[in-house]
Amino acid sequence: MEQIFFWMLAAGLLISAVTVVAVRNPVTNAVCLVSALVFQAALFITLEATFLAAVQVIVYAGAVMVLFLFVIMLLDVRVEVLGKFSWPKIAGVGLVLVLALVGLPKLSSAFPFAGEVLHWGRAKVPGTAQDLGHLLFSAYGPLFLTTGVLLLVATVGVVVLCRRDTEA
Amino acid sequence: MGGEITLGHYLVLSGALFLIGLAGVVLRRSLLVVMMSLELLLNAANLALVAVGRFQGIPDPQVAVFFVITVAAAEAALGLAILVAIFRIKKTTAADQMASLRF
Repeated sequence: MEQIFFWMLAAGLLISAVTVVAVRNPVTNAVCLVSALVFQAALFITLEATFLAAVQVIVYAGAVMVLFLFVIMLLDVRVEVLGKFSWPKIAGVGLVLVLALVGLPKLSSAFPFAGEVLHWGRAKVPGTAQDLGHLLFSAYGPLFLTTGVLLLVATVGVVVLCRRDTEA
Repeated sequence: MGGEITLGHYLVLSGALFLIGLAGVVLRRSLLVVMMSLELLLNAANLALVAVGRFQGIPDPQVAVFFVITVAAAEAALGLAILVAIFRIKKTTAADQMASLRF
């Protein structure tokens, strides 16, 4: 069961990610990014991080992607024109790709605990909202408050950036 | 491959996702798509964090991912605001048109 779900979700995630990068229509990019984020939320569930999966869908696939689609609508972005086809760039990407295909499995198998097998229902850390909330409001309390300030500053910053200076 | 799913599988998947996102950041010209690729990079890091936390039995990486998601939302809002501001001046979102500061 673990295998079936992992391979299906991994394939979906990688295909959506490649589509985000490869297709030239920005609306298609955005919709494929939504599907990639939902696949990632499902992978969080296979890792028994249920609260994070919910947050991923609500914040990323919901709020952030609506923001992207709003900007696409606002800017009336056309299909991107192809740039100059530069051989050094293509060669560099190809080289990195080959190195990655060889190196990634080796690198990750060198990681401690890399051979540990996934069994559902045997997680030592349940990822429910209760457990995370307890951590957030005890050990990570100051960080949590700082994040609130950060969000406030970001909101004010966005309003300042997007204001038109006609009435000033 | 085949057989049981291990932590290594999740790490390789995360690395592959990171590479795809990196290719998007390097190769694409539209700033919108570059920002979407940045979200992919952050997601790859999140996946690796959650996987390691799950297999090592520590809850702290999940808290870290929570903060990453929060900061990524703020980053997306600010980045898109800057993009809109630039679009008003330059009438384009292509990254190679924005060379006014180039010496």
